[in-house]
Amino acid sequence: MPEKYHIQTKPIPPRRPRIGKYGIVDWREDCCRCHNCVKKACVYDRHREEAGYIHDMKDVDALFFDCMGCFSCVQNCTKALLSLEVNPIYEALGNSYWTPDIIQTTWMQAETAKIPVSGAGYRGPFSGPGFDSMWTDMSEIVRPTRDGIHGREYISTSVDLGRKRPFLAFEGQALMDSDGPLVSLPMPLIIDMASPDHTLPELDPLFRETAARTGLIAIMDSCAWPFAETYLPHVAFHLHPDGPELPRDVLNQTRLIELPDGPDVLKRIAAIKKDCPHLVVSIKVMLGAGGSQRAIELANLPAIEMLHIAADPNGNEIGVSQPRFIKDILRETHVALIESGTRDQVTLMSSGGIALAEHMAKAIICGADLVAMSLPLMIALECQLCHSCEPGMHCPAQLESINTAYGVGRMTNLVSAWHDQLVEVMGAMGMREARRLRGDVGRGMFFKELEEDTFGKLFGTRK
Amino acid sequence: MANCSVQENNLKDVLPENTLKTRVPQTQVSRDIRPAPSRYRNEISKTIIRRSHDCTKCGRCVEVCPHGVHVKKPGYKYFAEPCLDLCIGTACETTDHFCVAHCPQKALRLVENPAMKVLGDCRWTADMMLATWKMAETGDIPPAEYGYEYECGNSGGGFDRLRFKYPDKLAVAVRPEDVDTSIELNRTGDSRPQVKIDVPWYGGGMSFGSVSNVTQLSKARVAVAWNTFTCSGEGGYMERLRPYDDHVITQIATGLFGVREETIQRVPIVEFKYAQGAKPGLGGHLLGEKNTVSVAKMREAMLGISLFSPFPFHSVYSIEDHMKHIDWIKHINRRALVSSKVSTPTDVDMVAIGSYAAGTHIVHLDGGYGGTGAAPDIAKKNIAMPIEYAIAKVHGFLKAEGARDDVTLIASGGIRNAHDIAKAIALGADGVVIGTSELIALGCVRCTRCSAGRGCPRGIATTDPTLQTQMDIEWGTQRLINLYNAWRKEFIQILCRLGLRSVGELCGRTDLLMHLDYTNDLEHKS
Repeated sequence: MPEKYHIQTKPIPPRRPRIGKYGIVDWREDCCRCHNCVKKACVYDRHREEAGYIHDMKDVDALFFDCMGCFSCVQNCTKALLSLEVNPIYEALGNSYWTPDIIQTTWMQAETAKIPVSGAGYRGPFSGPGFDSMWTDMSEIVRPTRDGIHGREYISTSVDLGRKRPFLAFEGQALMDSDGPLVSLPMPLIIDMASPDHTLPELDPLFRETAARTGLIAIMDSCAWPFAETYLPHVAFHLHPDGPELPRDVLNQTRLIELPDGPDVLKRIAAIKKDCPHLVVSIKVMLGAGGSQRAIELANLPAIEMLHIAADPNGNEIGVSQPRFIKDILRETHVALIESGTRDQVTLMSSGGIALAEHMAKAIICGADLVAMSLPLMIALECQLCHSCEPGMHCPAQLESINTAYGVGRMTNLVSAWHDQLVEVMGAMGMREARRLRGDVGRGMFFKELEEDTFGKLFGTRK
Repeated sequence: MANCSVQENNLKDVLPENTLKTRVPQTQVSRDIRPAPSRYRNEISKTIIRRSHDCTKCGRCVEVCPHGVHVKKPGYKYFAEPCLDLCIGTACETTDHFCVAHCPQKALRLVENPAMKVLGDCRWTADMMLATWKMAETGDIPPAEYGYEYECGNSGGGFDRLRFKYPDKLAVAVRPEDVDTSIELNRTGDSRPQVKIDVPWYGGGMSFGSVSNVTQLSKARVAVAWNTFTCSGEGGYMERLRPYDDHVITQIATGLFGVREETIQRVPIVEFKYAQGAKPGLGGHLLGEKNTVSVAKMREAMLGISLFSPFPFHSVYSIEDHMKHIDWIKHINRRALVSSKVSTPTDVDMVAIGSYAAGTHIVHLDGGYGGTGAAPDIAKKNIAMPIEYAIAKVHGFLKAEGARDDVTLIASGGIRNAHDIAKAIALGADGVVIGTSELIALGCVRCTRCSAGRGCPRGIATTDPTLQTQMDIEWGTQRLINLYNAWRKEFIQILCRLGLRSVGELCGRTDLLMHLDYTNDLEHKS
């Protein structure tokens, strides 16, 4: 029996005061000091916790916002003195893409390693831009599956990076391997290089350790090679043309390497392949103007075995007046590669806009083999996306003083929670392998198509 | 009982006695409307009135307010807390009894309640929740002066963007008393009973363990009062439901918790739950904390462990297998109708026609945004299509296959009020199943903590013995009876405005709908 992919986790509480969504405002001057004060009846004992919190409070700017929002005390107070409010600090978190809800659910997953669960049905909008304009499918009666919740141990989330054969080939009686080197990852996720806007160099060792602990790979700048040491199998260096040349023994221990796209990219690939044929070489294409077309051109070249197409942090094309979202670019690229008959010969990795576990599944349905992300890991470290990661600037998450146990533990918890969620949606879809999910748009339902099929037939043209 | 429309007399010769009728005396519940005010001291309102220290307690506000908002008890110097839920807010500003204008000390101010920003979400807006509470309290449609915008939510799609095209003038006016809101649940033409319910909806399955006894019994009693149904859910059939057997649907899910031949024989409808909207494809999951002594006993399980209903039925991998399931139930209970509850995959139309072919009486579609209990967020948001698409898709497909008139199509998953019901029926459903609305009527604020710690802090979805005592059965029943009455009134109003006399006349009438995001010019083009 092959070894099962399992990530060891344990709860890691936050270092900073929690930024919850709700808080109770209390107009104490009119309080009549009831002996049966509603605060004593709080099911979650939050009022007592608040008193203790204020007693021990170290940071004057961090009030207690951990109310569960049940309104029980608000509605039962004899003098109606209590009022439930949304925490203004919570509302100011993130931006329009990285919403406070996304940040808070990421914090919860990083703390507990658990899948977010809540009651009372779905509370969000009907659909939305980006990944919110699609749903994932499930199988039922006429397309049954044994991959349901109790068959999850049979679901494989592993993927292979590199060139695959489009058909079976034999050498004598033996099945031939792939055309080149392959890197297997236990889940379709790579830890990307974080933008300098959101990280500090001190955190690099934590990313490497997290990659090793989760069996993944972290992309690092090539300047970091002297510090990678024992983590080399879990590091992929990003080689800038003007970066340092890596020693041969370092390259020999790594499995994957990334090059930025450029005019001489084919020469650079050839040079690397000549010295280190065991390496899978990924080319990073930034999705600026013409970026998607460039990605398709590169993917059709025989020398390219892996492409990393990178959108901006919100998943949009970069520097384009009417940017398209990464989901649509992935579908276009995937279809173009199928039409040219080269889809299996290149691995497609996408980054940008991957904020939740569902985005990983949806990007794969749209055509990616795997995704790369870094911002969610920063959020796991209690980053609030304030974009002021510079030495000397105040960091609300105090990223500069993170210790390894805390940082690696939180990031590992998050990766584990994402893995569990991927298994959940794959189980519902009846998919046993993440490899098979790639580009299977039949396992997705798209807002535009459903609208046309349903309401378009009834109500004419969508405005 | 008098209201029950299950016709049994002509079946005596062919059915075993034990399944012919229920074996315990059935309780009757009156559908009389009685006030059922909030069980909380401070009901949430759209606006609040602030009283400053300039107040001289002259009592002028008490004198002028016809709604009884201001209260000064005899013998007391100070005012009691105002009954803000009775205040009509800004609509009062133009009247001659606006307390703020009458206050000689200018000590009163009318301000928006800050809680309105916290309450609700884009599917269940704060206004919609307040309106539901008002309906549950009074049994009537909320007066327009309260200013509740409750007909649609703010989700930006589906029901929230659909509107009825009411004609300016009707050829023949329809009187409310002429409108028939009943629907038949057995359209197959087989020898099984014709079951008719008085309103085009029934209560969804919430299992023993996921909600309190009081909640489940209140749902059962309102089903009796309105001659409709409630569903036991998958957590077993508690003995206290026996007096309401004639109005209970018992559910069979993969966990088979508490499912025995004897419980299947109690009821007129048996429901197979293949999937549910909250977590399509994931099965059911009762957290260990909610598996108390009584729940464990009912489910015949170990105390305190998490209980799963795994997905899918491992005995069903084809329509033929599904047919075997249905035949099993039909054999055990010869008077029962069979309902198949499925969620909404991309091929939901094939699932529906397959269920019909297997011999189901009711195809129950539970849309991806549905659900009341705890579920993974990733499932609630992403898995399976919203019910609005599924209804139209299935209705059209069944029609094209010539099977539409032979099966009852029930929709659920995001039905919040009478307008949603009417829209679902116009899209092609025969009726709907409701769940969250009933919980809201009982005082749910959608805090989403159904599964946290001891369970629902409002005492609705909990098995905690202390929390359950927050609500009693009489009050819960009356709130739901009132809600049903208000919905029925509103539903009749909609039909009258459309010039229709029955639910059947509305079914599939998409020509009466328009979508705010579309040109709606299809009929002109054709």
